[in-house]
Amino acid sequence: MARPVSHNTKVKMVEIPEGYSSEGFFATSFDKVIGLARKNSIWPLPFATSCCGIEFMATAASHYDLARFGSERMAFTPRQCDLLMVMGTIAKKMGPVLRQVYLQMAEPRWVIAVGACASSGGVFDTYSVLQGIDQIIPVDVYVPGCPPRPEAILDGFMRIQDLVGQESMRRRHSQRYQDLMNEYGIQ
Amino acid sequence: MSLTNDYIKQRLVEKFGEALTNFDESFGVLSFAAPAALNLKVMQFLYDDEELQFRFLTDLTAVHYPHQVDAELAVVYHLYNFREKVRLRFKVFVPVAAPQVFTATKLFESANWMERESYDFFGVEFVGHPNLKRILNVDEMTYFPMRKEFPLEDQSRIDKDDEMFGR
Repeated sequence: MARPVSHNTKVKMVEIPEGYSSEGFFATSFDKVIGLARKNSIWPLPFATSCCGIEFMATAASHYDLARFGSERMAFTPRQCDLLMVMGTIAKKMGPVLRQVYLQMAEPRWVIAVGACASSGGVFDTYSVLQGIDQIIPVDVYVPGCPPRPEAILDGFMRIQDLVGQESMRRRHSQRYQDLMNEYGIQ
Repeated sequence: MSLTNDYIKQRLVEKFGEALTNFDESFGVLSFAAPAALNLKVMQFLYDDEELQFRFLTDLTAVHYPHQVDAELAVVYHLYNFREKVRLRFKVFVPVAAPQVFTATKLFESANWMERESYDFFGVEFVGHPNLKRILNVDEMTYFPMRKEFPLEDQSRIDKDDEMFGR
């Protein structure tokens, strides 16, 4: 007799990376496996200062459900996080705080600037507002909008996932990356 | 007897004579201008006098009038008499080149942060203030942002990324 239990048959699994497999073994490169593990379990650090933060709350809640991407685990300590999500206006006085938070994150770390203010200062073309967080820390993905819809934040997040999944193991040791960090006076 | 604006004015004129000018009344609040050197004396008189008793500093701020030569900066004091529920406002004017005003912190502790704010945004130097440094803006700031000396759309700014705005 069939049990009165219905199983979700539409579960989407992560695709197996390219590699060699046969009876009892599967061989592939570290890049692919680690990228796969990282991209599907990004721990975000929400740095929310204004309305974009409210949109992010919707993104993380049940309707848009950031947990689908393995990122339901928000942490509020930079030491354990992979992704710094800056959402909202950053005043010049907040700049050193944001930078400190970034410095406290362990490598590898990614940054997403959500909304016009975090990306460029937005409408706050004024003496007290930082004109884009990329003046103090490097940014990987910019999400446009004022504020962006949760769909846009998810799109930005998926682009971060692409970056994370494809990043080579050696990228953080490369001269180019060192130069980027030095440009911001980090190290 | 309730405290009327006419009576306050009469007492002030008796005490300070011609020194106080521009007596005016707007929205029922008496206002006047005092010489910068007399600001503490006026406040002390209003505080100590048994009838006037203005013993609460509601607000202290500054205004920049760029076209008023040699009196560009105004410091505005709002005082309150709790017993009679009467308000009073007076201004002192100083030139922007020598913006020194005596601090009111000895009389009102609450003036401390408000004077720091006025210094931060307008560059009024409060002589005798215990801790006159910026309160809201970043310490590295080299200008006083609320002075009306900056064009609205300042093309000389270097912290704005023009590429983002197609300029």
